Amino acid sequence: MELRKPPPVRRLTGKEGGPVAGWSATAPNGNGNGNGTANGAGQLAPPSFTTARRLVEPSTLAIDRMHVEQLSVSYGPKRAVADVSLPIRQGEVLALIGPSGCGKTTLLRSLNRLTEITKGTSYSGRITLDGLDIASMEPTELRRRVTMVFQQPNPFPMSVFDNVAYVLREQGRRRPRKRELQQPVRDALARAGLLEEVEGNLDHPALRLSGGQQQRLCIARALAANPEVLLLDEPCSALDPQSTKVIEDLIVKLREDVAVVIVTHNLQQAYRVADYVGFMYLGELVEYGNGPTIFGSAREQRTKEYVSGAFG
Amino acid sequence: MSAATAVAAAPSPKPGSAWRLSDRIGLAFAWALGLLFCALTVAIIVYFLIEGIHYLRPSMLVTNPKAGFNQSQTGGFFAPLAGTAILAAMSMAIALPTGIGIAVWLSEYGRPYALARVAESTIEMLAGAPSIVLALFGLLLFQTPLLGFLSQTTNGVVLGPSFFAASAMLSLVGLPLVVTNVREGLQAIPSHVREASYAVGKTKIATTRRVLLPAARPNVITGAMLGVGRIIGDTAIVLILLGDTLTFSPSSGFLGLLRGEGTALTSFIYDNAPSGELNQPQKAYAAAFVLIVIVLLLNLVVELAGRRARRMRWS
Repeated sequence: MELRKPPPVRRLTGKEGGPVAGWSATAPNGNGNGNGTANGAGQLAPPSFTTARRLVEPSTLAIDRMHVEQLSVSYGPKRAVADVSLPIRQGEVLALIGPSGCGKTTLLRSLNRLTEITKGTSYSGRITLDGLDIASMEPTELRRRVTMVFQQPNPFPMSVFDNVAYVLREQGRRRPRKRELQQPVRDALARAGLLEEVEGNLDHPALRLSGGQQQRLCIARALAANPEVLLLDEPCSALDPQSTKVIEDLIVKLREDVAVVIVTHNLQQAYRVADYVGFMYLGELVEYGNGPTIFGSAREQRTKEYVSGAFG
Repeated sequence: MSAATAVAAAPSPKPGSAWRLSDRIGLAFAWALGLLFCALTVAIIVYFLIEGIHYLRPSMLVTNPKAGFNQSQTGGFFAPLAGTAILAAMSMAIALPTGIGIAVWLSEYGRPYALARVAESTIEMLAGAPSIVLALFGLLLFQTPLLGFLSQTTNGVVLGPSFFAASAMLSLVGLPLVVTNVREGLQAIPSHVREASYAVGKTKIATTRRVLLPAARPNVITGAMLGVGRIIGDTAIVLILLGDTLTFSPSSGFLGLLRGEGTALTSFIYDNAPSGELNQPQKAYAAAFVLIVIVLLLNLVVELAGRRARRMRWS
């Protein structure tokens, strides 16, 4: 079956012009604590986690941020994710693809323990964030380090400014006041590429923005917490092609600062933005590999069929 | 048979003209009933507007009622008007926080499940309870010596009727409206909005306070306004639990006034109606006009809040 040529793609260019860190190159080789410094110390200038996190060159290395190890998630008797293991690295965009109901959203939501909200959820396996088991972390702290953007743009019913400031403030408090938050809020909006458009309208209700702007506000909100990992659950499925392009460009830019995981139904989108792709089917991770491999020369029959449009 | 040929065979008829006769009769019937209902409501309002404007003098709004035999002697209805305002404020001061609390519990927590269901049916029962029953119960309640500090006492006997007693019982009249509306507003918020707040590390309480309740604000306003409408329109509780006096009791201070008996617009209208003991129908019409205007204004607020709510929604 012929694979239809997807549109041209911006891709990390490594030495061979291919994707930078191959699956085997930085695969968890018994060093499952997720600390990338130890891994890459041999060949590459090791970045310091505390100081140089934002300065990492995406073209030269990727840092392991999270490790999913043999994760299974069930809703009551129904198993949604079965025995999935994969690394999540900063400097790369990881796309999870697969037909509806294959567990990719569940996998995404278990990364910041949002699955716990659903009653009757149980899981086994282990997820680590920078070497720390997330099950042992305070959920609120974890969710500030692993933030999420949803399918529907969902700004809070307050001003553009307050939407971002909400994240920066303590739980239910109104402090710190507006003046002290000006700079961080602006920074977050700038990182999401929204600042120019809403400059001067920061006090306007966020729900008056266009859909694409709303979604970028949601990304700004998610970035305001200064997370290590950004989860995107089909962030463009409710948007028009132009807004989609803006957000895709943004995603590619963001991967330098944060590890980005995106769930998408849209294969072309996965091809355009992802450095690594995980194909899920019926709760299992059928195949994981870099973009060209998955889309061009997948090992598994199921993957080949799915990316060529035979089902799903 | 393709869709194209089907369309060509039956060019789309003008909507309505292809309807069956029974449908058209049904529609006409529904229209007629709707118009009749509107006409009835408009007639009542217009009648009272005309009668009311006819008899209403601005001075009535600032003079107290007096005992007398004809329209010129009996003064105005300042005290009833103030009484209605006090009752509305005090009742909502109780009903609004309580109602919001119950609505949040029912909508966001709902646990323990059995208790939540019981609370739900209790609210429904309260909404359907005749206020005269609440009034009677309130009288028994507030005549107990334990609650004597909320009303006046003569010769060691607790009287019962007071602004406190009436407000407490009237808040039960307004409570179901607050609960249902706020709850509806909270449930209309998509779950992904809650999750978006959890997903940036916020707790459930912070989410409720800073995201959910602000989002449900139009419904809070609607519930409060409808509740106030019910409260100021209630007669039975005012008659029994407020004492239905001519003016306020001459007690000292604001607290003394609230502990004393008083009067409100509804009981004033009741007394001045042709069948009432004061029998000054012109005063009754004028007061009824004021009451209707207040209720119409409340409904206007509800409408505006609803429009705002429809504009500010998630896709």
